[in-house]
Amino acid sequence: MSRDVALDRVTMRFGAITAVRDVSLTIGAGEFFSFLGPSGCGKTTILRMISGFMEPTSGAIRIGGQDMRGIGPNKRPTALIFQNLALFPLMTVGENIGFGLEVRGVPKVERHSAVQRLLDLVALPDAADKRVTELSGGQRQRVAIARALAVEPSVLLLDEPLSALDLKLRQHMRAELRAIQRRTGVTFIYITHDQGEALTMSDRIAVMNHGVIEQVGDGASIYDHPDTAFVAAFVGEANRFAGTVAEVADGIAALDTPVGRLLGRNPRGLRPGDRAVLFVRPERMREDGAENALAARVSHCDFEGAFVTAVLETADGVRLQVHTPHRGGALPFPPESAARVGFCAGDAVVLPPGDAA
Amino acid sequence: MRAVLEPALRRYGAPLTVTLLVMSAAWVLLMIALPQLLMVDYSLRPMLPPSKLGGPEDVHTLRNYGTLWSNAIHLGIFLKTVWGSALVTAVTLALSYPMAFYLAQVAPKRKLPTLVLMLVVPFWINEILRTFAWYIILAYNGPLNALLVGLGVWAEPVRLLGGDGGVIAGMVYVYVLFMVLPIYNAIETLDRHQIEAAHDLGAGWIAIHRRIVVPHAKPGIAVGCIMTFMLAAGSYAVPALLGGPQSRWFTEIIYNWFFEGGNWNQGAAYAFILLVLCVGFILLMMRLFRVGLTDIAR
Repeated sequence: MSRDVALDRVTMRFGAITAVRDVSLTIGAGEFFSFLGPSGCGKTTILRMISGFMEPTSGAIRIGGQDMRGIGPNKRPTALIFQNLALFPLMTVGENIGFGLEVRGVPKVERHSAVQRLLDLVALPDAADKRVTELSGGQRQRVAIARALAVEPSVLLLDEPLSALDLKLRQHMRAELRAIQRRTGVTFIYITHDQGEALTMSDRIAVMNHGVIEQVGDGASIYDHPDTAFVAAFVGEANRFAGTVAEVADGIAALDTPVGRLLGRNPRGLRPGDRAVLFVRPERMREDGAENALAARVSHCDFEGAFVTAVLETADGVRLQVHTPHRGGALPFPPESAARVGFCAGDAVVLPPGDAA
Repeated sequence: MRAVLEPALRRYGAPLTVTLLVMSAAWVLLMIALPQLLMVDYSLRPMLPPSKLGGPEDVHTLRNYGTLWSNAIHLGIFLKTVWGSALVTAVTLALSYPMAFYLAQVAPKRKLPTLVLMLVVPFWINEILRTFAWYIILAYNGPLNALLVGLGVWAEPVRLLGGDGGVIAGMVYVYVLFMVLPIYNAIETLDRHQIEAAHDLGAGWIAIHRRIVVPHAKPGIAVGCIMTFMLAAGSYAVPALLGGPQSRWFTEIIYNWFFEGGNWNQGAAYAFILLVLCVGFILLMMRLFRVGLTDIAR
């Protein structure tokens, strides 16, 4: 049975440092929810507060409507998968997975069948009697998941569990985690600094910076409609132009920048005279200069198979990235050539400068 | 052997290597093996006046070893020493394990040097002086009695010295570090996430210690128990100072044979019986904790 998790004005202070500041949000039952942010942004602190290893300085955490204050990690309906997995090296795989049931006093026979069912779930049916040290990185990962699921948690908390794996395995495990989440219906709360992981797996993502949630939303809305400069810069690549708002009309702002006047969406309602930054994704750049045309020189151009990434530099020394799909034929942007690029106003967003990563 | 010799030859050259080998061999043979063999030989011969040495009565016999089994008092003291040393070991373990766990996993890192120093400082003082401190503490008119009478725990002072209680308390104090440090070293290497993972999976503190911490600390616990037991069984100063005629230790009997009875043959036999006991205890501990020599040397 999955349950929802509500954070109500949660703040965590360590001495003079505020690790988490006034965070409120509700994670739905059965949701795959990610906290995304750079290291030190407070996401691990949130995870440790939900799991019960820390009590918030102020505010409340409710799981399934029940206030968790004063309830220890061993009594909460959560299970945590540690970054280093923390499997018990002196126990076999089966004993690891059965540990939670063992300490709950579940009889051996029942435990045994539960362990086997979980091993089947994570596709390691013959591993029960193996030593943890005999397993590969990906296999250990699955044992850690099985061990956490064995206690039938309502909420599974994952602390960057894929960070120790190599790229191929990591991508494979993303799909696997997502599949396990769908099959079990458990609420997954996932902590990561890897935007790729967050975007591919999550139903919703909270982007965090300096202990504050900058934006909550599904992957596409965070990527396409960032609320803050930090989100625009941290999630995905972006070309950015700092300047001053010259005029605003119909949700579009005109920004005076060192490379000229540029137009972009104005979701935050900036007014003329405000300092602002315009963000535009490299793949929204066009080879023909439509609106927002820019003259630049090609510094270099990387052929990456499916697409081409060109780095350009304007006369004022502003660097631009352009991402275009490769459709065969000659490569665009020969090095050292002059190029005209541009973007539609609707593909760019103008935001207050804030704290751009 | 080759693996050891070749790098040594390369590093020190042949003359120095040979000199070092001869010197260490001489040390081991002359200072350790030979005296022990001499004592074995002593223990296997009857005590004779000098005129009869080399005579027809000077033959090897196990009679000295048999003496212990026919002397009820000595046998009683021997068994009491075994039991007492085991009790000292158990009490020291019960005291040291929480201390070692606190130092290794709970104490803030910046407080650790102070705490370890507080543990070690008493050991800069000679064992006899430390024991003497307890002699003063436990004395009939000493501070402990004064405190307990003052607090109303006892109506009048109680004799704490001259019995087994004083001896065991003194030994626990004198040997506690030999138990704390090996266990601390073992627990210190335990990843804190292991404890947290167990806690998160529903384990209470008892289950965490039983299933995670103690299994990890087993080699340290075994080393601590072995050291404490051997030191306790071989202790002389503590029972001599804090004990009385009712709480004699086996080492005191051995001492008496050597220096008061002048019977080195009998004393040597008793000493070897104590040695065999200690080796037996080591083997028992290794079996009990299922640790090998390599685990202990870790």
